[in-house]
Amino acid sequence: MLLHLGTRKGYLALRRRGRGDWRCERTAFIGDPVSQLLPDPRDGRLYAALNLGHFGVKLRVSEDGGASFTELPAPAYAKQEASAEEAPSVDLLWCLEPAGPDPGSLWCGTIPGGLFRSDDGGRSWALNEALWNQPSRERWFGGGYPHPGIHSVLVAPDGNRVVAGISCGGVWISEDAGESWRVRTEGMFAEYMPPEMREDPAIQDPHRLAWCDGDRRRIWCQHHNGFFRSDDGGETWTSLDVPPSSFGFAVAAHPGDPQVAWSVPLVKDECRVPVDRRMVVARTRDGGASWEPVGRGLPEGDSFAVVYRHGLDAHPGEAVLAMATTTGALWISEDLGDSWDLVTAELAPVYCARFDRS
Amino acid sequence: MPSVHFTPNLRRHLRVENTEVEGHTVSDALSRVFRDNPGLRSYVLDDQGRLRTHVVIYVDGRPVRDRTALGDAVGEGAEIHVMQALSGG
Repeated sequence: MLLHLGTRKGYLALRRRGRGDWRCERTAFIGDPVSQLLPDPRDGRLYAALNLGHFGVKLRVSEDGGASFTELPAPAYAKQEASAEEAPSVDLLWCLEPAGPDPGSLWCGTIPGGLFRSDDGGRSWALNEALWNQPSRERWFGGGYPHPGIHSVLVAPDGNRVVAGISCGGVWISEDAGESWRVRTEGMFAEYMPPEMREDPAIQDPHRLAWCDGDRRRIWCQHHNGFFRSDDGGETWTSLDVPPSSFGFAVAAHPGDPQVAWSVPLVKDECRVPVDRRMVVARTRDGGASWEPVGRGLPEGDSFAVVYRHGLDAHPGEAVLAMATTTGALWISEDLGDSWDLVTAELAPVYCARFDRS
Repeated sequence: MPSVHFTPNLRRHLRVENTEVEGHTVSDALSRVFRDNPGLRSYVLDDQGRLRTHVVIYVDGRPVRDRTALGDAVGEGAEIHVMQALSGG
């Protein structure tokens, strides 16, 4: 079992040797922020998105398991004739996903809100105009960044059904591989907005979407206002009460059991530390009707750990969980979250943790 | 001809050489550099051709004023330095 980590200071791959025993097998981009990774199960390529502090976003690909990388053109907006100050430029490559069964087909969600597609393994990219030109986009706004961003792109195996989460711009569904889109947030609400905007689809802030591979009607959404569940593939949403706090960033779905999911609660919504500074994972095993705090082995106090949106992953075959924090710790659970082993506490802040699925 | 110097930090990522090029503005000079080294462009300029937020260019010891179109004039013997701005950490 192989786990890929993108951190504030580079890329690491860790391989499991035994329970709690993971060894660093590769590193790359030491010193550089790695915002996202895609170990592509279709062809074994490893894509790495960088966010160089001075020199912009970059995209690299490895065809030898991360031993060496070559540079690809990063998704970029077309240059506008009169290049006004507001004309868009990609600020962050926030998510990378296979776009369907064809190797080389990719979606890349970005800040400031553009969804880009490649059909040649990242050698060229095209902005998805159908989503970019939605009239409601003018009401989207940034969540944690100056501009809105696409952080979640769920893609059905045939590539046609796509569900995208935007902070802050709602949940968007396509049935035709991105040719057309509709926003679906019925049931979501935002108490922190002016009352007349509370249920406006275009301002909803889904922090992260995750669906169950075994039943893609079940989608979990960690939202800025709380936690939501969909039973109909994202058409409608139900608010759930997740103790000790419904606020957080990360969510993971069990790969086979639609009744099981995990979140990592934080004090809402500006404080953002573990409740009572005790780090726990919230788990449901009954479809979200009830939740239990789990986390034997996690710090029982004095924790300031935050798990970013892409910092929690469930292995597709083994239901092993990886959780990596802003405080540089990597935790692994091999019993559905009941107990956790600390692999290392010496990482830089972790942006993404992703199991190899090849 | 103006000479263009790049921060050595760029060499962590790609091949970059200091060079002398023709040009009457910063934009002219950089365009000639990017013609020979197209991969360098996106490290210095954003999607719209503006100077990246945390990159700064000095011409004879003065920061360029036009960060959007890079229209600042450069003289025959100008020294152009492309540096990372400390605002970027």
